[in-house]
Amino acid sequence: MSAGAPGSSPQLASGVTVHRVMGTETEYGIIAPGLPSANPTLLSSQVVNAYAATLREGLGNLAGTRWDYTDEAPLADARGWRLDRAAAHPSQLTDEAPVLSAQEIARERGEPADAAVLMNLVLNNGARLYVDHAHPEYSSPEVTNPHDAVLWDRAGDHVALTAMQRIASTPGFSPVHLYKNNTDNKSVSYGSHENYLVPRRVPFGQLAASLIPFFVSRQVLCGSGRVGIGAANQAPGFQISQRADFFENEIGLETTVRRPIINTRDEPHAVAEKYRRLHVIIGDANLSEVSNYLKLGTTSLVLSLIEHGLAPLPELADPVRALQSISHDPSLRTTVELADGRRVTGLDLQTIYFSAAARACTADADPQTADVLRRWEGLIGILENDPMAAAGQIDWVAKLKVLQAYRDRDSLEWNDARLGLIDLQYADLRPDRGIYHRLARRGEVELLVAQADVERAAVEPPRDTRAFFRGKCISTFPAQVVGASWDSIIFELPSQERLQRIQTREPLRGTAALTEQLFEQAADAEDFLARLMSGPEPPMAP
Amino acid sequence: MATQDHKSTAARTEDQDDAQPEPLPAPTGAQESAKTEGVDDLLDEIDGVLESNAEEFVRGFVQKGGQ
Repeated sequence: MSAGAPGSSPQLASGVTVHRVMGTETEYGIIAPGLPSANPTLLSSQVVNAYAATLREGLGNLAGTRWDYTDEAPLADARGWRLDRAAAHPSQLTDEAPVLSAQEIARERGEPADAAVLMNLVLNNGARLYVDHAHPEYSSPEVTNPHDAVLWDRAGDHVALTAMQRIASTPGFSPVHLYKNNTDNKSVSYGSHENYLVPRRVPFGQLAASLIPFFVSRQVLCGSGRVGIGAANQAPGFQISQRADFFENEIGLETTVRRPIINTRDEPHAVAEKYRRLHVIIGDANLSEVSNYLKLGTTSLVLSLIEHGLAPLPELADPVRALQSISHDPSLRTTVELADGRRVTGLDLQTIYFSAAARACTADADPQTADVLRRWEGLIGILENDPMAAAGQIDWVAKLKVLQAYRDRDSLEWNDARLGLIDLQYADLRPDRGIYHRLARRGEVELLVAQADVERAAVEPPRDTRAFFRGKCISTFPAQVVGASWDSIIFELPSQERLQRIQTREPLRGTAALTEQLFEQAADAEDFLARLMSGPEPPMAP
Repeated sequence: MATQDHKSTAARTEDQDDAQPEPLPAPTGAQESAKTEGVDDLLDEIDGVLESNAEEFVRGFVQKGGQ
């Protein structure tokens, strides 16, 4: 309960480091092969409800939690203004309930409109599982480092797989397949986002300027590979990134149309005066744990460089074109133009950022920062020399190696449907059908987290962020927690007429160190809240 | 493809030689030995799990837009 002086900001580390508050979001591709015309929102709700059923069965409790939209502000722009509601694309209104309501879904299923159809769940591990647009989405709990981000991201895949298996074994339901990818290769893309907590004192323009060339080039390490060129798959071929062809702008508020390399949504889900949440929408969904680890680790490092005024500023002449040129050349030899007229490869750009980070990190850098630097440098070297030699670490290379082997054996052209199927099935979450998972089982790709840890992370929150408080509230008081969001937990107590809303606006409070004892000592929810309210800052989580 | 396999193994070994004290687990012995297996065997395995009608399956994978 000793939270420190009111207003103090807990810090993870000083110096240039990969450690910071971060998290991931995955929108899974979804189909029911037996029901080709099924409504995707309906299928997505099946995933949420199937996982809820699994929780009910296993634990005997469930907070079928409402999302608390009070603090959502999807139209606030980091550049200092707010988009008019009427001018927004309907899909930008993420602070409203989904297009197809729970009642409409119940009707579609032939159930009474008041049947309990869940569109949202807050999980015991502090994550959110919900229906976002026409996809099921898992938003990971907040963690403090890239390794944990990989672990709780994989926990999301485990949650999705559990739901899929539940649906497949439920009589009367047609099996649903989930894919961790970003496009249907027809014209549509869906996202896998990253979130990084950044001090608000860092000017947004400075963040954007240093991040654009980094985001344009980091795909060489963390692209997931795609069969097909162009947003509508207009030309045959292979490219490094799933997402590159869907980006049209450098900076903007949109996430579903006219996608920008830098997203300006200013929705900190934390004390707004102190923090930004940098919402990164340009990444590919990664199956490879090394690609995912480096995506998160190098991005966090570059943010740290920016915060310390040490980030390089290689200005690109045309960032969107450069993003696509680099993606379209798996040989990695394509050069893109800088504003000063020089031409560089994607690997050259990554080397510029790596060198700045290596210079800034002293010999006593923390172990994970040192590990990210070592892997970053090692893989840049391997990719310079022979890209295919990185198949054990990098998603797009692992996928390309399988595709190339098929092309060699069966003399397939890039427009052959079988190559399209391999691209798709690489991302199939089922361990028996997913090609990535087959490669992993064969020992062909390097793993960073153990399966037992993934399964634990699906039900246990991280201990070092407010996700601990959120997850433990939900698992300890499932009947009394009636709503939650990133920065609030809502209790309904029999003795209180009004709902009790506990704010959790400091991401590094609500940790196990600060609250575990409270959970152990409280006799029940009433006692818990009473103890919480008598703490140093009643309206804030300790 | 065999050449690429060898290179892949070499790169991994180099990586490991460089290893520093670090919480992340290194690849296991089983992973290393599996890498020497042929690509043919891998393709046979994948042949066995691919959806049956590639053309139809790929055409049927239609998504609504997302973020």
